[in-house]
Amino acid sequence: MGDHDMLVMNGNEFTIEPGETILDLARRQGIEIPTLCHLKGATPTGACRICVVEVEGARTLLPSCTTPAAKNMVVRTESPKVVEARRTILKLMLASGNHNCAARGSDEGDWTSFQLEVEKGDRSEELCPVWGDCRLQDLAYRYQVTGEGLPRTAIPYPLEDVNPFIVRDFSRCILCGRCVQACNEIQVNKAISFGFRGAGTKVVAAGDNPLRDSDCVFCGECVQVCPVAALVEKDVRYRVRPWETTTTRTTCTYCGVGCQLRLHVKDGRVVKVSGVEGVAPNYGSLCVKGRFGFDFIHSPERLTTPLIKEDGAFREASWEEALDLVARRLESIKAAHGSDAIGLLTSARITNEENYVAQKFARAVLKTNNVDHCARL
Amino acid sequence: MTNTIACVEKADVILVTGSNTTENHPVISAGIKRAVTRKGARLIVVDPRRVKIATFADHWLRPNLGTDVAWINGMMQVIIAEGLYDRQFVEARTEGFEALKQVVAKYTPEYVEGITGIPAADLAAAARIYAGAKVGNIVYCMGITQHITGTDNVKSLANLAMLCGHLGVEGGGLNPLRGQNNVQGACDMGGLPNVFSGYQAVTSEEARRKMEAEWGVTELADKPGMTVTQMLPAAHDGRLKALYIIGENPLMSDADIQHAEKSLQHLDFLVVQDLFLTETARKADVVLPSKCFAEKDGTFSNTERRVQRVRKAVEAPGEAWDDWQIVARVAGRMGYAMPYRNAEEIMDEIRRVTPSYAGITYARIEEEGLHWPCPNPEHPGTPVLHKEQFTRGRGLFHAIDWLPPAERVDDDYPLYLTTGRVLYQYHTGTMTMKSEGLMDRAPESFLEISLRDARVHGIADGDRVAVTSRRGTIHLVARVSSQAVDGTVFIPFHYAKAAANQLTNAALDPIAGIPEFKVCAVRIAPAA
Ligand code: SF4
Ligand code: SF4
Ligand code: SF4
Repeated sequence: MGDHDMLVMNGNEFTIEPGETILDLARRQGIEIPTLCHLKGATPTGACRICVVEVEGARTLLPSCTTPAAKNMVVRTESPKVVEARRTILKLMLASGNHNCAARGSDEGDWTSFQLEVEKGDRSEELCPVWGDCRLQDLAYRYQVTGEGLPRTAIPYPLEDVNPFIVRDFSRCILCGRCVQACNEIQVNKAISFGFRGAGTKVVAAGDNPLRDSDCVFCGECVQVCPVAALVEKDVRYRVRPWETTTTRTTCTYCGVGCQLRLHVKDGRVVKVSGVEGVAPNYGSLCVKGRFGFDFIHSPERLTTPLIKEDGAFREASWEEALDLVARRLESIKAAHGSDAIGLLTSARITNEENYVAQKFARAVLKTNNVDHCARL
Repeated sequence: MTNTIACVEKADVILVTGSNTTENHPVISAGIKRAVTRKGARLIVVDPRRVKIATFADHWLRPNLGTDVAWINGMMQVIIAEGLYDRQFVEARTEGFEALKQVVAKYTPEYVEGITGIPAADLAAAARIYAGAKVGNIVYCMGITQHITGTDNVKSLANLAMLCGHLGVEGGGLNPLRGQNNVQGACDMGGLPNVFSGYQAVTSEEARRKMEAEWGVTELADKPGMTVTQMLPAAHDGRLKALYIIGENPLMSDADIQHAEKSLQHLDFLVVQDLFLTETARKADVVLPSKCFAEKDGTFSNTERRVQRVRKAVEAPGEAWDDWQIVARVAGRMGYAMPYRNAEEIMDEIRRVTPSYAGITYARIEEEGLHWPCPNPEHPGTPVLHKEQFTRGRGLFHAIDWLPPAERVDDDYPLYLTTGRVLYQYHTGTMTMKSEGLMDRAPESFLEISLRDARVHGIADGDRVAVTSRRGTIHLVARVSSQAVDGTVFIPFHYAKAAANQLTNAALDPIAGIPEFKVCAVRIAPAA
């Protein structure tokens, strides 16, 4: 161990790995430093300053996400000074815009007028759509702060929802910049960036246009990384609450990348899809088809019963009848014309297990090698 | 893919060809774009359209349609003439170099310019970049394979990769992107006329004995069967009487749709098993409702050979069944029992008869998938192929001459047409077209055309136009686009109304049996 650099964090000594930041080291050691803007895989920006820590000898608190871990540092991640700084940051965030969950707090009965204001901009009488699934709310509880006592700063930008997939609610944006990083550094779509300055700062798409008139390709990476309610899927907003859903991990059904995704299910229906973070091949990223193209699952046009054609028209049939007919016809064609008069097209859309069974059926039962699938087409 | 998806981010030079990556494989395109913008990789894009990924490239080379072998040979000519190839790799691991050298000798950049239209200096510059890479990665897609010379095109890319020693190394390789989620798996599982699962040839006595023992049958057929592109004509002339189609819609995806439709009509019996009443299902005698991915358990194998879990999240509508279950019950009625209780039991059987999958259990892929070959339960999987040697031992160079595409422009049909996909739709659209959002973004077919071609033909952006090939006419909206290059138009093939495959040429690659979707000749006129 002698040739490793060491530092002290919260009274314990740790070795430093080359190139790591204070935050990296803490995470590696299971020490929780809260972050809002930090995004794995993107350049740290230090924008939100929630991750500040106290380093002995430093004049100010330092953002742990951008400060390299250095030899002999003495770091405190939850000192009174650190906690105070985090509380101030959280308070300012909660006081700006329409944070109408309990984390906002109520100023002497002023809640009602505040809520009425929010409803005007938000077109809903309910409390915030991501209540219960919000990083800011979590941190507000953890550090016991509300926006109380500070005047609410109004946000001059109206909601934008003129596209089929994403609602942008600037009134709940905390300007952490995760979406900007995700769009520019992870998906590299370069659709959004910070626009305007000072108090008027806003995340803009192509010269402050709606997303649909920008380079946005609706991959939804920005929605997935947004820690608050500023970016939410349109079909989920005010319709699906996190506690109403269960999730199942699976593999995307569209292209050959095979993205790992989670199907969020409410009342037996898939209502949302998110990317699985931290695992290959997609590490949380998806494209518009994988993330938003799931309506077909519950389409009323799905086939629900076997169909048999009679006199040129389909009629519904039982499985019994349909399977009997298929088996009988295949048998008789095989008997009359031989096995090679039958072909089977299996599919690039179904599972390995199903493909295996299909080709086995052709070879072992029909006794033909006329097996193929349509990938050539 | 010989390598993994993550490998593109470890390459210092990436050559993308015949792949509209940002629209068809968006998540892989993100990796390529990150490699370029954040890791300083150099990107060469060779594509007849000015596709979006080309805007990230150091060099975008624009070949005429159907001239891929020519530009690849041209690159190799430069690399050999200038001594830039990997001598050590060529000597130690390949054979056939002399023959290759002779064939490519005449493909000087100037000669190639005459065929491809790629400026000689650009081609030479790109060749030097790829040859000079520490780790060079080639990514390609259907723009390479859907030609009568598709097999030649792929072999030529393999020549190029071997010549520069970019195979068998982390970050490099030759990486085809599969269009559909489980093309890889369908092939791996023996959904092909000539092989059982794991590419074990039906002509091999040993393989047949093994399957017969596992399946408890005798006399498995020992000759390869028909490919889909042979089955349709066989149906047409009455040699094929019955067709059982699972989850495919050849009536939309076949080159020359009218011919495919007539072929299916000639069948005595057609069964279609699918999620929806597709164009193909409408022609069936019996339609069987199956489950979709969200309703079933199993595995898919992605384009990097990674076997990953599919898990049931919701109940299927009505009486839809698992595809394997339907097939198993038909088999049962034909006197052959397939008493599987669930997908995992099928996987256990797959493992017993398929060496490359033998080590892949559901338990092992619970968190993250494994790359085959994975011959035993302790094996970590094989992310990078050909590390020590090629499957056949030494890598064989194929000396290949360029052949022109089956159809070329002339006075009657003066424009080239190429087809492909758009971001918001998928294949024949049976799934994506059920999404209001996706339909809002990409509601209908269109003709992508350059500004100059539009002017020449008296067409403005948004006009309705008639597009005619030797096989048919379709009507659609013109979209004037900077992605189009003069002389070549593009139509996405997803849409049943204005189906691009009414126009395309069913001429086949003689080896792969893939139709030449990417090249045909058309004329256009304002719609009456
Ligand atoms: S965004 Fe978070 S903190 Fe703001 S109102 Fe919603 S839940 Fe509360
Ligand atoms: S959806 Fe994707 S492309 Fe659009 S702004 Fe978000 S990250 Fe960027
Ligand atoms: S999410 Fe998009 S990129 Fe990923 S597998 Fe699905 S279709 Fe392909």
